[in-house]
Amino acid sequence: MSAADASTLRLALVGNPNCGKTALFNQLTGSRQKVANYAGVTVERKEGRLHSVASGRSYAVLDLPGAYSLHAASLDEAVTRDVCRGFYPGETAPDVLVCVVDATNLRLHLRFALEVRELGKPMILAVNMMDAAQRRGIAIDLAALERELGVPVVETVAVRHGGARALVETIDAMAAQPHEPRARLAEGADLHAETRRLLALAVAMPTRTAKVDDALDRWLLHPVFGLVALIVVMFLIFQAVYAWATPLMDLIEAGTGAVGEWVGGALPEGPLNSLLVDGIIAGVGGVIVFLPQILILFAFILALEESGYLPRAAFLLDRMMASAGLSGRSFIPLLSSFACAIPGIMATRSIQDPRDRLATILVAPLMTCSARLPVYALLIGAFVPQKQIGVFNQQGLVLFGLYAAGILSALLVSWVMKKWRRDKSEHPLLLELPSYRIPHPRDLLIGLWERAMIFLKRVGGIILALTVLLWVLLSFPAAPADAVGPAIDYSFAGRIGHAMAVFFAPLGFNWQICIALIPGMAAREVAVSSLATVYALSAADDDAAAQALTPLISDGWSLATALSLLVWYIYAPMCISTLATIKRETNSWKQMGYATLYLFALAYAASLVTYQVARALGAG
Amino acid sequence: MTLIELPWRTPAIVDSVEDRGPQDSIARRLRELGFVNGEEVEIVAKGPLGAEPLLVQVGFTRFALRRSEAARIRLRNGAAA
Repeated sequence: MSAADASTLRLALVGNPNCGKTALFNQLTGSRQKVANYAGVTVERKEGRLHSVASGRSYAVLDLPGAYSLHAASLDEAVTRDVCRGFYPGETAPDVLVCVVDATNLRLHLRFALEVRELGKPMILAVNMMDAAQRRGIAIDLAALERELGVPVVETVAVRHGGARALVETIDAMAAQPHEPRARLAEGADLHAETRRLLALAVAMPTRTAKVDDALDRWLLHPVFGLVALIVVMFLIFQAVYAWATPLMDLIEAGTGAVGEWVGGALPEGPLNSLLVDGIIAGVGGVIVFLPQILILFAFILALEESGYLPRAAFLLDRMMASAGLSGRSFIPLLSSFACAIPGIMATRSIQDPRDRLATILVAPLMTCSARLPVYALLIGAFVPQKQIGVFNQQGLVLFGLYAAGILSALLVSWVMKKWRRDKSEHPLLLELPSYRIPHPRDLLIGLWERAMIFLKRVGGIILALTVLLWVLLSFPAAPADAVGPAIDYSFAGRIGHAMAVFFAPLGFNWQICIALIPGMAAREVAVSSLATVYALSAADDDAAAQALTPLISDGWSLATALSLLVWYIYAPMCISTLATIKRETNSWKQMGYATLYLFALAYAASLVTYQVARALGAG
Repeated sequence: MTLIELPWRTPAIVDSVEDRGPQDSIARRLRELGFVNGEEVEIVAKGPLGAEPLLVQVGFTRFALRRSEAARIRLRNGAAA
């Protein structure tokens, strides 16, 4: 499957969710990681390489999805089960299973370790988070555990430098002389009884829970203070996303501007110059500018996830989301969707109930992703006056209203889906609230790096290609010599735009907007740069083209058109990457079709109503 | 008595998890998570709306359970730990 040659030993990390497995994986493999998907499903597959300095050996390490049991209840767990057993198509069976357990949570985790041991494969038990256990006064007799389990047992501290040294030594020893577990349970034996026996024998625990957890949960899960804290946290995140990102975004914009000017000056006038400057540099730069916002949002989400707060937020919101046909677990994917629906939809894999998962996937595109922000910013800047209403800024209020409209629509849509669903059987929650932890910077950085790469690959692929395509459509064929009016009217894009304008006229969209909608399908943020390109190329003289877009549209469009376009982008079904992700995650063209259709219908209907009402009120 | 009738912060002992119909995957998962005979449980928090979900301590772990899930968990009579 991978580049690993036949002689490389393959290790697989298995363990319960929240056992610190991924932190241990990061510790073992460092930056030598490869993230992809398992064949046929979109469960994330993480493989890395471990190089043992002591033995000089090299290993391929697979980080399997967390599982509570090998009786799989979710897609993730099914992958873990099949890979462990060596049944997964296209995956080589691992040679050694490294089962990771949390030293502070052995009652739950040892049971799973026993289940893994019963597979009869060479196995090592890594008792992780020994530092946390020591702080809580938990004493674990590793030698007794090793004797009773019949597999090598080592302690690890995944978040400490060198905290996996003993594990690497044990892996080396196992590689030199692989052996199956030396103990096994009788057929049908009770794993819980065996777990209790091991605990009584090898573990001394002063208290069942950590004092910190008790104290924090008392406040953070409080019916009133808990909700207040959640709102404050959300508010801080959005403030940070907008406030902190601005200087970085200005820097990127200035950078792409400078590069464009330099290239424009260095090359002779002509099609190549225009393609590079107006097409590629402006187009790609217009998208990369959102990287700071996406990274800041993800830094917060990762930190909240690692700290153990996100499941608490899911706990607080579960009832509300359940009444709308979602689940508390939907909270994390929907929160991620504010950055971009693609990672949001990918995050739904942690939702075990397929109906909840589907509902979450279908409404995720309604969360206002950062790609819609430039469109909002442009239109609000051009049409909504800067005015204070009490302590609030009027432009800020409109922006907030657009976000709120997206959230309310999502709740409404999922509620309708719930009413329509024929299968009314129970949806389980069964959500673990892990101990609070201080996130490790290395794990945050690796997580951020992965997100940045996913985003940049998208920019490099689809968006680049479409930017070039749009430029071609806008520039060819050239206007005839005796042309009256701007050259763009004769181009392919101009003709397409005029044709579309008939359909979109009831919404108040002119043909320039219609053209911008097309590349907006690749990525919504491109709509802004496309509008700029369209207006630049359609300007009668160079002076007008040099003008900024904002005065152009505030003079050229009616308020009704602007409002209509704002409302259109609340629903904006045209994001090919999102639709492709929905197709991949649901493995169904039908669901993707539903999503496209309902988003398009909502967008059209809502914009139509907005435009007609606004015109009737005299904003036309 | 089932887990939903248990008062807040009162330890109790699990008797069994009841199956709702054949192949009750929720009941099986509850058992896998440690809701088995003899295990101590306690309700440590309740959700802000309609006291749902319940936050239940079992073993060394806390799980958020909806009321319908918690209703499957039968407790031993009068036996507080």
